[in-house]
Formats: sequence, structure tokens, C-alpha cells
Amino acid sequence: MSPVSDHLPNGPYGPVPRKEDARFVRGRGTFVDDIKLPGMLHGAVLRSPLAHARIVSIDTAAAEAHPSVEAVITGDMLAGRNLAWMPTLSADVQAVLATDKVRFQGQEVAFVVARDRYSARDAIELITVEYEPLPPVIDARTALDPDAAVIRDDLPGKADNRIFDWAAGDREATDAVFAAADVVVDCDMLYPRVHPAPLETCGVVADMDHVSGRLTVWATTQAPHAHRTLYALITGLPEHKIRVVSPDVGGGFGNKVPIYPGYLCAIVGSILTGRPVKWVEDRSENLMSTSFARDYHMHGEIAATRDGKILGLRAKVLADHGAFNGAAQPTKFPAGFFHIFTGSYDLQAAYCEVTGVYTNKAPGGVAYSCSFRITEAVYLVERMVDLLARELGMDAAGLRMQNLLRPEQFPYTCPTGWVYDSGDYPRALRAAMDLAGYEDLRREQTARRERGEYMGIGVSFFTEGVGAGPRKQMDILGLGMADGADLRIYPTGKAVLSVSCQTQGQGHETTFAQIVAAELGLSPDDVEVVHGDTDRTPFGLGTYGSRSTAVSGAAAVVAARKARERARIVAAAMMEVSADDLEWTEGAWRVRGDPEQAASIAAIAMAAHSGLDLPDGVEGHLDTETVYNPPNLTFPFGAYICVTDVDPGTGQVAVRRFIAVDDCGVRINPMIVEGQVHGGLADGIGMALMQAIAFDADGNCLGGSFMDYLLPSAVECPSWELGATVTPSPHHPIGAKGIGESATVGSPAAVVNSVIDALAPLGVRHADMPLTPAAVWSAIQGRPLRSDLAITD
Amino acid sequence: MQVPAYVEYEKATSVDHALTLLARFGPEARVLAGGHSLIPMMKLRLAQPETLIDINGLTGLSYIEVTDGELRIGAMTRHAQLLDSAVAGQRFAILHDAERVIADPVVRLWGTVGGSLCQADPSEDLSAAFAALKATMVIQNLTGTRTVHAREFHTGPYETVVAPGELLTEIRIAIVPGGGSAYQKVGRRVGDWPIGAAGAAIWLDNGSDSGTIADAGIGLTAVGAEHFSAAAAEDFLRGAPATQETFARAGQIAAEHCRPVSDQRGPADYKRHLAGELTARALGAALARATGAGPLPPVQRSPGQRSPGSPRPRRGGS
Repeated sequence: MSPVSDHLPNGPYGPVPRKEDARFVRGRGTFVDDIKLPGMLHGAVLRSPLAHARIVSIDTAAAEAHPSVEAVITGDMLAGRNLAWMPTLSADVQAVLATDKVRFQGQEVAFVVARDRYSARDAIELITVEYEPLPPVIDARTALDPDAAVIRDDLPGKADNRIFDWAAGDREATDAVFAAADVVVDCDMLYPRVHPAPLETCGVVADMDHVSGRLTVWATTQAPHAHRTLYALITGLPEHKIRVVSPDVGGGFGNKVPIYPGYLCAIVGSILTGRPVKWVEDRSENLMSTSFARDYHMHGEIAATRDGKILGLRAKVLADHGAFNGAAQPTKFPAGFFHIFTGSYDLQAAYCEVTGVYTNKAPGGVAYSCSFRITEAVYLVERMVDLLARELGMDAAGLRMQNLLRPEQFPYTCPTGWVYDSGDYPRALRAAMDLAGYEDLRREQTARRERGEYMGIGVSFFTEGVGAGPRKQMDILGLGMADGADLRIYPTGKAVLSVSCQTQGQGHETTFAQIVAAELGLSPDDVEVVHGDTDRTPFGLGTYGSRSTAVSGAAAVVAARKARERARIVAAAMMEVSADDLEWTEGAWRVRGDPEQAASIAAIAMAAHSGLDLPDGVEGHLDTETVYNPPNLTFPFGAYICVTDVDPGTGQVAVRRFIAVDDCGVRINPMIVEGQVHGGLADGIGMALMQAIAFDADGNCLGGSFMDYLLPSAVECPSWELGATVTPSPHHPIGAKGIGESATVGSPAAVVNSVIDALAPLGVRHADMPLTPAAVWSAIQGRPLRSDLAITD
Repeated sequence: MQVPAYVEYEKATSVDHALTLLARFGPEARVLAGGHSLIPMMKLRLAQPETLIDINGLTGLSYIEVTDGELRIGAMTRHAQLLDSAVAGQRFAILHDAERVIADPVVRLWGTVGGSLCQADPSEDLSAAFAALKATMVIQNLTGTRTVHAREFHTGPYETVVAPGELLTEIRIAIVPGGGSAYQKVGRRVGDWPIGAAGAAIWLDNGSDSGTIADAGIGLTAVGAEHFSAAAAEDFLRGAPATQETFARAGQIAAEHCRPVSDQRGPADYKRHLAGELTARALGAALARATGAGPLPPVQRSPGQRSPGSPRPRRGGS
């Protein structure tokens, strides 16, 4: 096989094949469930069958008598160690094992440690729990009713199910804009509860060594360093004695940001038995109990002039957070970044209010590639703009083009205070329309409508906000959202970059090697990327919210540039010239005016370790480290167009084409970027057409398997048609913005807008996701809104 | 990882051996055919048989042939084999229509026709297809064989007339000239169980040109249709002109007689609508095939689908 560098069309940036794929395609990856330690035991969780019930008694005697069982852990045992409750990432607490009540179906009640997985599962069935059922609160719209059962009676003085009321924007200014507007359109819409459903479920191997006092935790985590700190805070173990290792991770999408009760149970199990304990949840446990996403009941209003100038936007949101407020998002933002909901448009005023409530459902709320709820925000504004276009009789793309921010308005401060860094929105929309053949599609649609055929063209335009974040404004549990990078350059000119972010499939080992290689004149083959082991990497908050390239990528650049400056000093000594006389061109330090006199990083690295007299400023090597605190978010954007064909007789939707033009700033590895977009678009098809974690009135979760929680297949996905524009971020050191969540954020609205557009001749103006055949048919019958409950007659 | 409870395992080497094992291990034994429903249910511990009797070695039950004016399908025939069978598809296109939308290529390579029928899921596709074709099931026990009409085979959700100690061995369909058949299914996603599906078979008077329906069979699944069929709609069709209006009315009758329940796939009224809509569409497609008016859709070989001689299941015993 030829080296990677032979495939480089434009230096280190370019579609370099992914370094990590070699082990994955050979089946040689190492995931948590591949970790096998001597004497390792296996854990299993007993979960609540009820959504809301008081625990009367738990009898573990029969389970303890099972010949292969080593320990049975209950909430009462944990309470004795002050471990029955743990902090969530939103400053709430969550039960590790239930002591007083169970608050959602699937909640953790007891943990069995046995010598094998089968015995652990068998012993679960030997535990007898007596429950006293309580009335469940399942529909978020009834959670604040005066007679609703109080779910969180564990919280002192808590007398209702309200978590928070939060608002952003200028209420009075917005009211004034609405009062003066020619046209106001409003709509109720639900962004249903969905689940990230990574193919690798969550799991952990905990190994407490009582001799050294060290705890090692192998875990499927997107944030190993933050987890280490959390374990120290919760267990009281000293942080320097805790090592978290995240090996290969089979998808995260936000699902693997928090810590889960099973992780702590495995740690306690290892502490109790003195042996390693593995706990890997099964598919149903993952879908029923770990971080979900969305569950936003939204009411949107949009105000405009009759000729289509959008003036203002208002939103009122009821946010269902489940039984514990476990959303993983920056502390100061209880609704995440939802208030970026003015999207990509130049409007005068906006105001949103969000009320968070508890329900008897699994906790979470921020996951599934949502960019801290920008997914919800984009869905709202893009549906509202479509509704406005319909009201005004204007073309959906034309209305957007008329109202998009103009390039000269950047940096742009939106009505709720975000400062967008850069953008050329009309160029991206025009590119998407050209790729789609938009005008021809509209002509085709007209012809088909005359033949009684239902074809839809859906447009969405989104502005993302990623790379959280400036540590002054953004932290999680008090940990500022910065990330570190260590760069070591060995004497032969090979480099090892250690980063605090953690890949879950995004290709960090390749992209980050390309970043460093470009800065130092190396081949990506010469740069090894280390991540996922807290003993081997610098502190940082990890990978979620599309922050890897935006934050850790920037850290890598800064570390490499620091090393390059150190190299300059050494090179000056090597060539016996002043450092000021050197310039960095074509991958080497060269003497100005005499480019033949040059030193590559490899030559300089060897010299830095040699007997060469080193000048001040260099002690003896080129190694550097840095912490990158981003000055602002980066704001990727894009224009999406979806073409659907709808059969109104059955309600079936076929996605015929999907055109996606993304601008994520500078693309380091365009192939990886496109792969990220492909995955996100498939997610969007899934959310728009088939996915929901649904419940019945008793709180039974109806989405607990892949038979009922549906992932789209290649059959439902068209061959994606991708385009790109490049508007560099002015504050990122290489102008990159991040791409991880763009397609997930932008695509659901395009699909829904397309289906509604197809059904326009039937008078349908809105229908809630997922647009299953039944939902489409119901919308045609005049029932566009989805209940919180799955089953309605 | 989901793990099943403890279970004994026996591998049958002949039909008689299987029947002997079934007699020995009693009602808590379950037959393991393709296992694509039973094994997941065991992993979820929704099923906890004491003994599995594996009949995957009974290759003698894997065949598709025409004998005595009947199409005969061995119970251990894999879905992929039925989908690949020109002998079956030329006579009963409905079988290919249905097989093409059952699960995915991997499941079809190992799942069996007989296993699907005996699992008796109320959303099973083949149950509707065989009901439409008015098939006959052959059931064997240690004392001999008996035959049961497809419409008497199921006694309820997940229940059939196959008693402990018995084995379904064959499905027979009478080949009657002048017929055409088709299957229409709506699911939430490819490979999903149907939200609703309808199969139709139609036989015209005096061959294919009279335009009068001599007989018709309608199979419905996932919509609470009694015996997976729509007897009242069939009565209406018999002797009626083969027109879209007739089919639409037959669809209405079929819809009125089914009893769908609301679930996460959809509300009952939608499923009822679907029963009518798909019945009418299936009848139209069946007529087109009976008269040769419409092009028979060719059997598309999807990339994952292989010929029956070559399937190499990845997992043994499930």
C-alpha cells in the first residue's frame, strides 16, 4: 500500500483515507465490551416495570443465594455510602438506584454482580420488589396541572413538576413588531422524543485496585476527562487515582456525554468485590433509560409585511425533561441554545419563553446531534417561514432569499444576542437551488398536480452554533468548556498529538493528523493522534456539540504553531542566522532571500535533541502544549432541499432527492466532512419520517427495541447530492467551523416542509413528526398534531 | 447483550425423530426452525421454552414443486428460496410480492415459510398470502398426517391448530387456471412488520376475457381480520364484474369487517382505511395479472439476495 501522502492533491488537507478504518474494516477495533480482565465479573440492572410507584420493599435474598452471584446492590446500600443519588449535568440530582420511588419505566432499582452475564441476568429475576403504584405524569401538557402528582418529592419543598421558566429576547420590542405587522402566522408543533441510538450501547468496565488505590474505568464516553472529575466528586476517590479510558466508541451522538447509574453501580461493585466488573447495557436498556433528545412542545408565531419582509418571531415552549433534569448542556442555558431560533434571517425582534417540566419518563433532553437544541430552533423557524410563505402565496425559496442575512451584515448580532461570525447565505441557497434545478422542479410539480400526483419540494436553511464555548460564558458543572492539546515531536521528526476530545467515529485520528501535518510540513502519516485515555491526554471537555474541530482542532493548530516557533529558534542556531531572518515557506524554515538554506521540522527536531548549543527560549526539544479557550462559537450554515413523492391513499412518503449545500468553513478532510453530512441526513430522514420514543398513558415505553424505534435504511435514503461553499471563520486559527451536527440540525425541517408542500392541494398546512404513513393520512383527515402519547384513536 | 434463560437443545435428524423428541419433551418444548422470531423472544425472555428442538437438519422439508395440480411448499423452505422460485412466482405472483417485503435479505435467507406460519404473528405476511390463495396446511404427528385449510390454521394471535407433538410439514395451493394474484403492504420502513397489508387472488369466469369474477380470495394481515381473510368481500366479488368500482366496494366491505387496534404503527381508523385501500389495489393488480393486461413486475434480485443453492447463514442454529 502506498503511503497516504501519495494521495494528497493539495498538501495535507484533502480526502485522506481514514487512518482508523484499517482496524475497523478488519474487525480489530477495541470497544468496551472487548475489554476482558482476569477475574472480571458481570453486572446486570433490575429496572422498574412501572413509570411511577413507591417502593414498599425489596427482597434480594434469593438473588444473593444464587451460586454465581457475588454481590447484590440496592439503593439502601448506596445510601449508606452517600451514593444513592448523583448530580446530573444540569445541577439536578438523579437516583443511582431508587430508594423511595421509581419515576420512570426502566429506572434502575438494583444491581447484581455475578460471575457471568447469564447468571447476572438470571439473578435479576430472583429479586422481588413490592411497588405501590402512583398516578403517572406522562403527557407534558398536564404536568403543571394543579392535581398532577408531584414527581420530585425528593427535592425539599417541591410542590409541582416545574423545573424552570426561562426567556430570551426583548418581549416588548417583539410585541410591538407583532402589533404593527400586516401578517401574523402561528402554529403548534411537537418535536417528539427521539433517541440517539448509537449502535454500540453504553457500557463500562470498572476496576478498583485496593492495593494501589487506583480506579480504572473503561467506558464508552464522549467526555473522559469530565467523567473522571465527576467520579471523583461523586465517590470521593482522589482524582489523580482515577483513570478513565474510552476505547473505540461505536457512535455517541450525545448519548454518551452523561454518566449513567450503571457506571456507578459497576464501580461500587468493583469496590465491594475487589474484582473488575463489566456492565454493558442491552439495546432495550439503551433506548428506554439513557439520554433521549427533543420532546419540545412549541408554539411559534411569525410576523411579516404583506410583501414578505419578516419582522419578528415569537416562541413558547413546553420542554419535557423526564424524571430528572439530566440535560447535558452549558450551565447558564437551561434551554440550551434554543434562543438562536431567529435562524438565518434579518428580523427586528424576537422573544422566546421556555418552561421545563418533569414527567415520568427517562431523563435527558440534549442528545442526538442537536447542537444544544439548535435542532429544535431550526425546525421551528423553518416551519414558520414555510407557513408564512403559504400564507403570503410566495415561493418558499424566494421568501427565504428575500430575508436571509446579507454577507455584509457579518459579524451579525441576532436579536437574542448571538454574534454570528461569518456567512454568505444567499450564495449557499443559490447553490442548492442550482444543484436541485429548483425552477424545473417547481414546473414539474405543477404538471404533476394537474395529474393528481402529490410531489413536494421542501427547503430549509439553517445557522448552526458550535464549538462551545468561551469558558467565561459556558461551563458544565463549573468546568469551563476549553480543551487542551499536547504535541510531542520526536528526534526523527515524527509527532504525537494528544487531545482531550474523543472520537466516536468522526475520524479524529486522521483529521487532527492532517491539521498538525499542515502546520509543520509533515505527512499525516508522521502524526499519531492519542485520545480517550485520561492518563495520556490533557484535560478538556470532550466531543459533543460539534466542538472537536472548533475547539480541539484549534488547540492542535496552536500547539503546532508554538512548536514551529520553537523550531525557528533552533533552526536559527543550526544555520547560524538570526531567527528574524527565517521565514516558514513550503514546509521548512528558510533563510529569507536564500531559500536553498532551509531546515525541515525533522532536521530541526534532531538538532533540538543534539549537542547543538541552544539559544534562549528552547530548553531541548520542540514539544508544546496549549489550552484553547474559543473566543466565540463558530456558525456553520447550509441550504437543504428535499424532494418527496407522497401517496395520499396510504400516507406513504418516498424521499426522491435530497440536496445539501453545507458551509462549515475550511474543510480539512472533505471526504470525512461528506461522511458526517451523509450520516446526519440519514438521521434527519429517520426523525422526520419514522422515529419516536413513544409512551402509552401508563408510561410504558413503546420504543424499546429496533422493531419499534426505527433507524432508516438505504432504501429510505436517496443518493445524497452534496454541495459546498466555504466561508472561513474569522476567529478560528484555520477558519474551520465544524460539521458534526449540521445535517441533523438542518434536514428534518426540509423533509417535513417537503411533505407538507406535497399535501398542500389537500389543505394540509402542518403535520407533526414523525411523518409515518399513519401520521400523513391523519393530517389529510385534519388531525395534524401528534399527541404526547403514542396511541390515539 | 440480551441473554436467554437456560434451555436444553436437541437436534432432530428426521421428521420422525423430531416428532419423537416433541413427544418426549412435551408442551414446554419449542421447534426451532429459522429462529428469527423465537430467538429474539427468548433473548427478551418473552419466551422461555425448556427445550429447543432444532429441525434445521430436515432438508427433506425444503422444496417447492408442482404435484397433482398443486404447488407444494415444504415447511422448511427459506423465504429466500420462495422468493427465488420461478415455479412459485409464475403461478402465484402474490408469493413473490409478499416475500419481497418480508424483513430483509439476511432474515429471508434463514427464516422459513413454516416457521413464519407457526409463529402465527397477527401481522405475518405469508398468513395473509396463503389465506388469499386458500391454501391447505399439512400437519404431521407420530400417527400420521392431517390437512387443515389455511383459514382454520390460526386459532388466535401466536396460536395455531398445530398441537404439541405435531409438526407443520407442507403448504399446498391448488393451481386453478384464469387466476392472478398480488400483495400490497404498507410499513413504516423497509423490512418492518406491516401497518396493514392485503393480498388478493382472483379467478375469472371461462378464462381471462369474460370480465366476470368466478372466485376471489382476500387475505388481510395486521388489521384484525378474522382468519387473515375477508369472507364477506369475497362473497360480494363472486359473480361480480371485475371493475375498479367492484374492487373499491370489496375494499369497503373488507374494511368494515376487520377489527384493527390502535398501536404505535397507527390508529385503528387509519388501519381500517388501509385495509380497504390495499384490498382494492391488490384486487386491481391481481386482475391485471389474470388478464395479462398489466406487466408482471419482474423479480428484482436485490444485492443481498442469493440463489437458494448458495445461502450461507452466518449463524448456525438460530
